[in-house]
Amino acid sequence: MTAALRFDPIRLPEKCEQLRKEVRAFLAEEIAAGTFDPNKPNREDTDAPEFSRRVGAKGWLGMTWPKKYGGQERSFLERYVVTEEMRVANAPTRRFFVADRQSGPVLLKYAPEHIKMEILPRICRGEICFAIGMSEPNSGSDLFAAKTRATRTDGGYLINGTKIWTSSAHIADYMIAIFRTSPPTKENRRHGLTQFLVKMKQPGIKVNPIGQITGQYEFNEVVFTDHFIPDDHVLGEVDGAWKQATSELAYERSGPERFLETYYVLTELVRAVGPNPDTRSAEGIGRLVAQLHTMRRMSVSVAGMLEAGKEPVVEASIVKDIGTVWEQQLPHRVRDLAAFVEETATNRQTLERQLDFAIKTAPKLTIQGGTTEVLRGIIARGLGLR
Amino acid sequence: MAESDNIVVETAEKIFADLADPQTINNDKNNSWQAPLWQALSEAGLPLSWVPDDLGGSGASLADGFALLNAAGRFAVAVPLAETMLAGWLLAQAKIASPEGEMTVVPASPKDRIILDADGALSGRVRGVPFAKAAKHFAVLAHGKDGAVIALVDATKARIESGLNVGYDHSDTVTLDKVQPVSIKPAPKGFEQTNLMLMGGVARSLQIAGALESMLDISVRYSNERIAFEKKISKFQAVQHNLARLAGESAAALAAATSAADAIANAKSFNDEVYLEAASAKIRCAEAAEKGGGIAHQVHGAIGFTMEHILHRYSLRALAWRDDFGSESHWAVELGKLVATRGADELWPLVASR
Repeated sequence: MTAALRFDPIRLPEKCEQLRKEVRAFLAEEIAAGTFDPNKPNREDTDAPEFSRRVGAKGWLGMTWPKKYGGQERSFLERYVVTEEMRVANAPTRRFFVADRQSGPVLLKYAPEHIKMEILPRICRGEICFAIGMSEPNSGSDLFAAKTRATRTDGGYLINGTKIWTSSAHIADYMIAIFRTSPPTKENRRHGLTQFLVKMKQPGIKVNPIGQITGQYEFNEVVFTDHFIPDDHVLGEVDGAWKQATSELAYERSGPERFLETYYVLTELVRAVGPNPDTRSAEGIGRLVAQLHTMRRMSVSVAGMLEAGKEPVVEASIVKDIGTVWEQQLPHRVRDLAAFVEETATNRQTLERQLDFAIKTAPKLTIQGGTTEVLRGIIARGLGLR
Repeated sequence: MAESDNIVVETAEKIFADLADPQTINNDKNNSWQAPLWQALSEAGLPLSWVPDDLGGSGASLADGFALLNAAGRFAVAVPLAETMLAGWLLAQAKIASPEGEMTVVPASPKDRIILDADGALSGRVRGVPFAKAAKHFAVLAHGKDGAVIALVDATKARIESGLNVGYDHSDTVTLDKVQPVSIKPAPKGFEQTNLMLMGGVARSLQIAGALESMLDISVRYSNERIAFEKKISKFQAVQHNLARLAGESAAALAAATSAADAIANAKSFNDEVYLEAASAKIRCAEAAEKGGGIAHQVHGAIGFTMEHILHRYSLRALAWRDDFGSESHWAVELGKLVATRGADELWPLVASR
């Protein structure tokens, strides 16, 4: 057989279910206290630094990391439960989500010890926010076309150029970015880029928010002008970022955030149709729930493989491909099914407000964090086609 | 799937490879491969996998039996293996011993009913019974005034109108007219026709997932061989992306089916969580059969549309299997009703239940 894709059924251990209860209780308290409104989908509008610290105090940030860096040495499956419960509740996770999922693990792997000791515990306490500096005005999916230069200077590098579409850069304390330290070689066009830890809010960095079609200002242009980065902020091998990029992708691509982004409209549709739906609504909801359930089981399965120390890169790409296409279509399917909902349905206004936002959000879901086209290329390579 | 995980599957795969090679049986116009295949499967005790030793079976676990069905799907096996397994399983629920030979289950559709009358005779007309024509016995789930019963019926006592499903396998209409069963016992407390349909649906889901794995495999291989415009068609991005989508459908089917099988194998009862798993598997696998099979045909072009090519053995069977034990439309309506009854705030707890 050419394709050996595996999605073994994982049963979440008992400790996960205990943790799930704790997370739900915590979120219910936060909602009761008015920290956020679970029916308000545009959670990115809510910057909630105090909430972030309280999540940190619970021990739910960096929870898989070593204790000496502030982590809890808990399993990926436990982290999975925390992530999905936060996402389903529309909790304001913007402050900590990128640091916890992505930036922390990169630092753990490539940062010098004293940087790890300084920064990782602060992520775990929910004190600091991270951004990811990948795309540039002329390089998006083609990551290795990046041109922003890191030029050697005394004790470090000077950065000149522009990153763009950088989520949360306007509130971030740090960014993990790739910059060009050498030109590409004839043999390897991916050569010459280096990963750096960038301290934001410093001289030589200007952040310009960019308006999105949702009406939000969530991503940014980040302009570097002779910004200085010290040597100990180099992450990993100089010129060798291309070797470091791939292994993290499985974490980034297979999580519950890759199919739950517009989930709230499904809940609200079920509320709107009530306990006795007509056949059309029942069938529509049944199909959507079956598709949702299947993706979650695939995603949990990938989390189980990660926990077992495997690198299911192709499986993770499949989860993101199917998951993001689904969450993109979901608001439109829900709109179809809600077409004949009674005018008197008590939550009609909530559903309409949510659909308005979800429909505007939908186009980005198959673009951010690796486009559908890039993902299908990765899957095709895994199948032995490239 | 890369390798077999257990001895039951290993045994079955060896038999399938020896006696049910898709190309060989596709060339055989007289179906002379069927008898030796069935004999080998029977000698290995596979059709009665789910029947305990003391009831005449080989007493394999539910999990092993499910894995066997997935393997059978990978070979698009066209003998009543799944049907006999399900029949043996149903009879075993009522501690009725299984006879030798081919069996199938009656009914095979959620809407059909067999009625037990006061004289202990069974009556009813049920459609779409897979392999009824080939079966020597039927395992029947019927309804009497005291609730559900399970019965073993001699197939010669029934009237059978034969038909073929879209995959050219027998799918027949069975009529029982005051038939006295060979044996009959009450179904266990709480055992309903829905349980049989969910179990059958998961069996079909695993077979569809297996067929999709093979469709992906042969489509990838074909795309790496076929030359067009002076290069392998696997080098065209449009073809690559189609195959990536096929891989996604195959993966979704496999994940949904194996998850449901795992849920049933470890369940104490058919509760809402098991219902979600089994219904979702049938819905999602049926959708994958349509989408994935369509891509496999698109990649193969005209050659895949011929009887000589093996692709139809998988693609048409996967489509046909959608209809048995409740179509995806049926299960979607039922699952939608369940979700609506539980209410909006109970949807996520159900989805996140394991």
